[in-house]
Amino acid sequence: MNTLTRKIIMCLTGLFLCFFLIIHFLGNLQLFLPAEEAQKSFNAYSHFLSGNPFIKIISYGLYACIIAHALDALYITIQNKKSGGAFKHDKRDRASKWYTRNMGILGFVILLFLVLHFQNFWYYYKFGSLSLDQSGNKDLYTLVVISFQQWWIVLIYVLSMLALFYHLVHGVHSATRTLGVFHPKYVRWIQKTGVLYAVVICLGFALMPIYIYFTY
Amino acid sequence: MKLHLKIWRQKNAETTGKLVDYTVEDVNPHMSFLEMLDHLNEKLILADDEPVEFDHDCREGICGQCGIMINGIAHGPLKNTTTCQLHMREFKDGDKIFIEPFQTAVFSVRKDLKVDRSAFDRIISAGGFVSVNTGQAPEANTTRITHDTTEAAFDSAACIGCGACVATCKNGSAVLFTAAKISQLAQLPQGREERTLRVFNMVKQMDEEGFGNCSNTEACQIECPQNISVLNIARMNYEYNRARILRK
Repeated sequence: MNTLTRKIIMCLTGLFLCFFLIIHFLGNLQLFLPAEEAQKSFNAYSHFLSGNPFIKIISYGLYACIIAHALDALYITIQNKKSGGAFKHDKRDRASKWYTRNMGILGFVILLFLVLHFQNFWYYYKFGSLSLDQSGNKDLYTLVVISFQQWWIVLIYVLSMLALFYHLVHGVHSATRTLGVFHPKYVRWIQKTGVLYAVVICLGFALMPIYIYFTY
Repeated sequence: MKLHLKIWRQKNAETTGKLVDYTVEDVNPHMSFLEMLDHLNEKLILADDEPVEFDHDCREGICGQCGIMINGIAHGPLKNTTTCQLHMREFKDGDKIFIEPFQTAVFSVRKDLKVDRSAFDRIISAGGFVSVNTGQAPEANTTRITHDTTEAAFDSAACIGCGACVATCKNGSAVLFTAAKISQLAQLPQGREERTLRVFNMVKQMDEEGFGNCSNTEACQIECPQNISVLNIARMNYEYNRARILRK
């Protein structure tokens, strides 16, 4: 597999994950509703997602994308470590931003976060014994509220969103480069849109645990 | 000016090198960096020492032969400048200067500051050309090209192949070089005829040489003496994706 094929795999899986984040973000906005309403609608939404065969197929695609993105990144990073120059006196970092050079580390932080995130909610929803709410849906909302009563979980989530922010700022820009957008005007606009996207998604996600921590 | 130099000395490709300390006096601020090395070498020769070997040719910033890591930066602290066009007025009396070759996994050191950049030549041979039949030269205005197009193609063609992008890249990637050569020809009607095969062959050769993958840090453009735009990389990706889709 050549270098540009590896890049296009990173790009397409990454863009799919970016698209997923939008859907995940929009759904989770329900957490900002007044408590009772939020509980009802969030639980009904989770129930709808877990029972839908179409969502099931998408979710398998999602897991495949996460794995492919991570494995491809691991391969590329190892290869790049071998091919790069090493100098006794090295000031090359003046020419680039730290987060563009450390996408692997940021990605690893996000991967660790995902393990925690899946364990926190997905695992309990699927295999735990959750009580039912008034409508008879599994009460995921209460689990979310209880989890975000712990300050350290809130802190981990907020810091992870910071890592995700830097990963997205460079990732979206990098993905459009890999797709081959070379017109300067559109490159500028896409770059700005990418930063805006990263700000909205990451700030929004970070505010969810903070909001719950301070309102309950 | 008096300068304290730490220069990479390496006997040949088979041995490993190390940094050796030298002190040069009477350095004129108007000297170019290479002239300063000439000045040091004269002293070394007079002292029956082996002079420091380095690549150079035109000494006017257009050939792409010179190229040294100066204080950890390709071609030194001044932006958009080759080593030969860097002057000693950029340094202060008593400065310590680290001088190392453009050494990466692909650019191996041959001696002292000289590296083997023949991988670039092989990438060009793989497709960085336009095939023409020999014979009568065609009428000059047969193929019409606008001034803006020629200027844009020339911006890509301005790459001198010095290898600063590879040395600067944390991954040792040659994507900026390869992309500049591909874009230069992709923008002109003469080059468009062979665009599909060209991008496949040049990228394949680049991979075979063992260069790293691009991670879009864009450091290459910053340290490029010719300020070759990273948008060339986007154009190469476009060319490659296009070729991949249209391949029969």
